[in-house]
Amino acid sequence: MANVLELQGITKRFPGVLANDKIDITLREGKILALLGENGAGKSTLMNILYGLYKPDEGKIFVRGKEVHIDGPNDAIAQGIGMVHQHFMLVPVMTVTENVMLGIEPTKNGVFLDQEKVAKRIAEISNQYGLEVDPASYIKDLPVGIQQRVEIIKVLYRNADILILDEPTAVLTPQEVEGLFKIIATLIKAGKSIIFITHKLKEVLAIADDISVLRLGRMVGSIEPNKATPEKLASMMVGRDVSLVVQKSAPKPKEAVLKVENLFVRDERENLTVQGVSFEVRKGEVLGIAGVQGNGQTELVYALTGLSSAESGTIELNGKNLQNATPRQILESGVSHIPEDRQRHGLILSFPIHDNMMLCTYYQEPFAKGISLQEKAILSNAEALVKQYDVRTPNIYVNAGTLSGGNQQKVIVAREFSRPIELLIASQPTRGLDVGSIEYIHKQIINKRDEGTGVLVVSSELDEILALSDRIAVIYKGQIMDILDAKKASKEDLGLLMAGIHPSTSPKKK
Amino acid sequence: MKNTNNQTQTVQEQRNRISYGMTLLVVGVLIYLFFGINTTATSQTTFSLNLLGSQAIPLSDLVLPAQGTIYLMVGIVVFTGAYQLARGVKSTGLLVGIIAFTFIAAFLTWATQDKSFNLTGMISSSLVRATPIALAALCGVISERTAVINIGIEGIMLMSAQIAVVTATMSHNLYVGLILAIIFGGLIAAFHAYLVIQFKVDQIVSGVAINIIGAGFTSFFSSKYLQSATDTLNNSGTFPIISIPVLSKIPILGPTLFENNIIVYLMLILVFAMHILLFYTPWGLRTRAVGEHPKAADTLGVNVNFMRYINVIIGGMIAGLGGAYFTIGSVGRFDELMTSGKGFIGLAAVIFGKWNPIGAFASSLIFGFADSLQVKLQILRVPIPSEFLLMAPYIVTMIVLTGIVGKAIPPAADGQPYEK
Repeated sequence: MANVLELQGITKRFPGVLANDKIDITLREGKILALLGENGAGKSTLMNILYGLYKPDEGKIFVRGKEVHIDGPNDAIAQGIGMVHQHFMLVPVMTVTENVMLGIEPTKNGVFLDQEKVAKRIAEISNQYGLEVDPASYIKDLPVGIQQRVEIIKVLYRNADILILDEPTAVLTPQEVEGLFKIIATLIKAGKSIIFITHKLKEVLAIADDISVLRLGRMVGSIEPNKATPEKLASMMVGRDVSLVVQKSAPKPKEAVLKVENLFVRDERENLTVQGVSFEVRKGEVLGIAGVQGNGQTELVYALTGLSSAESGTIELNGKNLQNATPRQILESGVSHIPEDRQRHGLILSFPIHDNMMLCTYYQEPFAKGISLQEKAILSNAEALVKQYDVRTPNIYVNAGTLSGGNQQKVIVAREFSRPIELLIASQPTRGLDVGSIEYIHKQIINKRDEGTGVLVVSSELDEILALSDRIAVIYKGQIMDILDAKKASKEDLGLLMAGIHPSTSPKKK
Repeated sequence: MKNTNNQTQTVQEQRNRISYGMTLLVVGVLIYLFFGINTTATSQTTFSLNLLGSQAIPLSDLVLPAQGTIYLMVGIVVFTGAYQLARGVKSTGLLVGIIAFTFIAAFLTWATQDKSFNLTGMISSSLVRATPIALAALCGVISERTAVINIGIEGIMLMSAQIAVVTATMSHNLYVGLILAIIFGGLIAAFHAYLVIQFKVDQIVSGVAINIIGAGFTSFFSSKYLQSATDTLNNSGTFPIISIPVLSKIPILGPTLFENNIIVYLMLILVFAMHILLFYTPWGLRTRAVGEHPKAADTLGVNVNFMRYINVIIGGMIAGLGGAYFTIGSVGRFDELMTSGKGFIGLAAVIFGKWNPIGAFASSLIFGFADSLQVKLQILRVPIPSEFLLMAPYIVTMIVLTGIVGKAIPPAADGQPYEK
């Protein structure tokens, strides 16, 4: 079959970085090409070049055998290329119709927007590809899964037959992912060709016809799905063998270290986002909190770590009441926090590594005596931690902001683990990290558990929750749907709970 | 679990209900204490409904017993308050409206007891005084809808006002002054746009600079040249009143809406034209998208910076028109710092009007009303120092900006430069 798209020798340099180095990829007509790579491997850059958002420094693009120059999104659209971006490009305060028509608006009398015409076309596309959506609803009222449909409709409305899907599953529940795969199958049946960008190995193996792997801006190679295994793909991505399974022994839980009862928390906009949450974390076990992002996890962790105050309810650490205690009181009673937003709450990016390594305890000995900081102690502490936690950095004097995401996370882990703790709260501990760093951080968390620390892991990655947890609590719209034993929990059940449905009460599919 | 949520909400609602109800009752008591007690039972208040020299069909004067009217207002507000406490009214806007109406009506009745007050005159002058504010607000709306904040409106209006009167006087043609003022407004806005789009200069800094330059330049030019050569440079005359046939004969409405000069008409047309442009045309859709989510617009092939340039320049031209109003549309000469903060009040009207042309116009009317009321009250010799009365429009601005009528949400990207 013919190649609909070919990229040859694409090179893109950003100041100080070679983002794409002579990359060749080929997309066959009516097939799914999976573009696999770590964060920062250059996948998004490559696709932004193809979509005309960046200009390549070198290289050629062929669409259906003809060389084309793509100077902007309009050129890409004209060539039948459409892109569904990782962060949706939708205007929240506008309707589906308005979002779809933006940029190529049909008019009545040459002046006024013809919304009916667009709504009709959306309905046609919906029917043809099974993309149900109400054209009149506002984007901000739609769940993420539906928003993604709108993005796909936007692309189809522009008559694209080459679709780029950039990390489309990152924000979806397992059920929504299945729905997306069905939609992709319909699109392929209708003759579309798809580039599917991801760093999730299982998805690649599930749907791809061809697989190309990128690492550090270079093409590592292409592989056929029937010859690929998750281990092989992972080692191609990372450049060395990695263990994908977290090795852990059976938990030995003891008494409860953290008790949360009937907790209510409001978010910045005064919405009650945590509504009566109760659970406990025992010493020597990992409690995972699963849920689609934005269901109150952030506010729950804020309340537990003192970053915001709780409306009502109790938080007890070893029997001591910590509700609305200050962050310092909380960390002095033995709580460690790996925050969700490592760059905002975890590090001071413009401070050197050695100062970041003692941010929680800078006022205590040995780092301070009276009012003066003890430079020697600070530096030797940082040197030791960098070595112990394998932080890849030229030295301890560079600013934390210059490190890669994985190494930034290691700095936080090193700091938080280097003092005696009773409870570890890890929020999205591996978000945006490469497979190698994920492996390392997971190992450290399990080590802490085995030392007898209580661990609370909050993550929207179901795989991560399943890998780490001994018990799993599913949060939906600020409420704990259920707490399951990790060994007995199935991915399907968790997915349903994450969507707010109790598996036992939902009607069984026939 | 669901119940707890509902309960918390109802607690909040109940709190709101009681606080609004109590406010209404307090206002009732205040009206009684301030105005009711101080009015004699026999005095009468006369409201004239005819504007001197207007073509409208004359109406007879409205003569009201002063004390009775004030007690009626007390009654209305207390009744609404009681109803609010017992049952609750859904629309907080309605409650605020009732408070404002009863208080102002009682105040006017008290202030004019045993005298006569021209109601139509005040309504008509509210619109006239709202004109420059509304034009400033329209400039703000169209700029901020593409996410460029322009706080230099005051400076643009001041400079345009001067250019308008000087060129009109020199050419003996008011339209020359009008057109040059509009072009000049567009040019200054283009300069602002160039700085903040091309060089990503902070939008507030650039706007403040325009205001300072505007005040300095016009004051210098005025004291150096205009004052010594009033007849050759600073005496243009003003646009004549254009009466629209038939419509201008409608009582009250006629003299208010249909006997105005060209700038007031242009302002009214612009309000509705901009509303249609923003919400019913492709241009408007792109403008709003660029203000909310420029990256999304960019990925669909909309040229973000081009949209911003054009809208900011159109805004500047509207502000230029607003500047022309101060001189050739109103008094026919330039005085130093004569815009007296109307550009800033216009920016308040943008927020109060929730970045909507019609909303911004309605808010401008409130400020125009406060301004016009203040003038009339000075004429009536109300026992309140004139300095305090002069503050009225600015006090209203501050009250409005505290957000009594709901929180206004600006375009999401407002004030941020676009970087790919």
